[in-house]
Amino acid sequence: MSAESRAGGPPRRPKGSRGVPLPLLVPALLGLAFLLVPLIALLLRTPWRGLPEQLTSPGVWEALRLSLICATAATALSLVLGVPLAWLLARTEFPGRGLVRALVTLPLVLPPVVGGVALLLALGRNGVVGRWLDAWFGITLPFTTTGVVLAETFVAMPFLVISVEGTLRAADPRYEEAATTLGASRFTAFRRVTLPLIAPGIAAGAVLAWARALGEFGATITFAGNFPGRTQTMPLAVYLALQNDPAAAIALSLVLLTVSIAVLAGLRDRWMRAT
Amino acid sequence: MTRTPARRTLRIAGAGAAALLALSACSSTSGDATTGASGPPELSGTVTVFAAASLEESFETLGAEFERQHPGTEVSFNFGGSDSLAAGITNGAPADVFAAASPKTMAVVTDQDGTAGRPVTFVRNQLQIATLPGNPDRISSLKDLTEPGLKVVLCDKEVPCGAAAQKALDAAGLDLEPVSYEQDVKGALTKVELKEADAAVVYRTDVRAAGDKVEGVDFPESADAVNDYPIALLKDAPHARAAKAFIALVRSAEGQKVLTDAGFLEP
Repeated sequence: MSAESRAGGPPRRPKGSRGVPLPLLVPALLGLAFLLVPLIALLLRTPWRGLPEQLTSPGVWEALRLSLICATAATALSLVLGVPLAWLLARTEFPGRGLVRALVTLPLVLPPVVGGVALLLALGRNGVVGRWLDAWFGITLPFTTTGVVLAETFVAMPFLVISVEGTLRAADPRYEEAATTLGASRFTAFRRVTLPLIAPGIAAGAVLAWARALGEFGATITFAGNFPGRTQTMPLAVYLALQNDPAAAIALSLVLLTVSIAVLAGLRDRWMRAT
Repeated sequence: MTRTPARRTLRIAGAGAAALLALSACSSTSGDATTGASGPPELSGTVTVFAAASLEESFETLGAEFERQHPGTEVSFNFGGSDSLAAGITNGAPADVFAAASPKTMAVVTDQDGTAGRPVTFVRNQLQIATLPGNPDRISSLKDLTEPGLKVVLCDKEVPCGAAAQKALDAAGLDLEPVSYEQDVKGALTKVELKEADAAVVYRTDVRAAGDKVEGVDFPESADAVNDYPIALLKDAPHARAAKAFIALVRSAEGQKVLTDAGFLEP
């Protein structure tokens, strides 16, 4: 994205000279339909008449507020920890780097519920680390809002790391080298040269991480449980509503979808206009 | 990778991340209620049974027994939350038998005339308090769960075990604030098995299945919240005769013994 704008964009081809090749067009349209048809079905089945009633219940807004706060906090935590991690993976050489990179992406393939159990085993009251947190500081993380943020970060941070690492690998390291040659420390070079250079990649990664955190279900309910106002985020509310009242579940999903589309579209305009 | 043009790398990274996002979004959904199992339309084909998750172990045993008694038949199970199973059946999933964990979930199917004949209760399940092994907090009644500082998990009121727990609490006139309302009974039990919660209100059968990882405590109010499990032959059953034979086995003395061994109560 940023690379394109730096290179002045791809060479412009006369419009419609060849058309879009069929082997690309057909799967592309199928792909688009595959992604959109379920969403359209959701809209078609939305009980519009009962919607105002569903949306004015205080529980919905409580869950939505908690979702937005937790997803944003998880994204912030992912940025603070994930960007340096991506830099380490892209810019330094150390034995076992390939393995570390694979391990970082592990939460992507782990079923989220298993991720939640793993978090309990690590940070729970009897967890490997958690028991010391409890004994020394009296901190227990399961069943708290902090627990929700941690569960979401665990699942979402790999998206940010992958995205930022990819951007870093594509960015020309010679700018940083030039900066260090001119006397900047490696950290200053990172802060003043690398960071602005890869900003669009960081933004894209942050958006991915935020979106993933917002929809997170399995790790959250396993690690943080489900209590209205404290750990019940929108996806949890939707799942439980689905048990007895599918109409309410659809209405709740619609709220979550609308908010995420609004935020994502807004961010895209702000940060990624240059693409 | 480093030698490819920068923008291609970026694009590939973006596409990969997007694909991963889509995949992991899939993985977080649960409770798919469809099954592909459906044999040819013969008398002795595959009986497809949709059954509540709590029935898994006993029904597996009974399924194997049925196949032994009736060579040429096969019993294929789809275990899950009763609500999602009911939704699957009313949306046309090819099933012969439905065994639900509550009359309310069975009613979802009967309301749409989805069953052949009236459902019958074949077992009942009673609540129990699951505590840590050895019961270190000395919990002996439902009231003990309201002690401050005790971490208790309940099932959410939307799912049968949570509704039953609420009924028992109401009967006892108790106001209990748990640390979490779990999405199903297994979720509640897991929290105690991992020692994250001190106690959970679950079914006897779950306590029995968890072995020595939890300890069960009976409480009198559970008598007010006994859950009936109805079973029914479905109207569009592809293998109705074999399905009827399976239901008969479940209700026979032999079937009842398997079920009561798992902690269920006779109807």
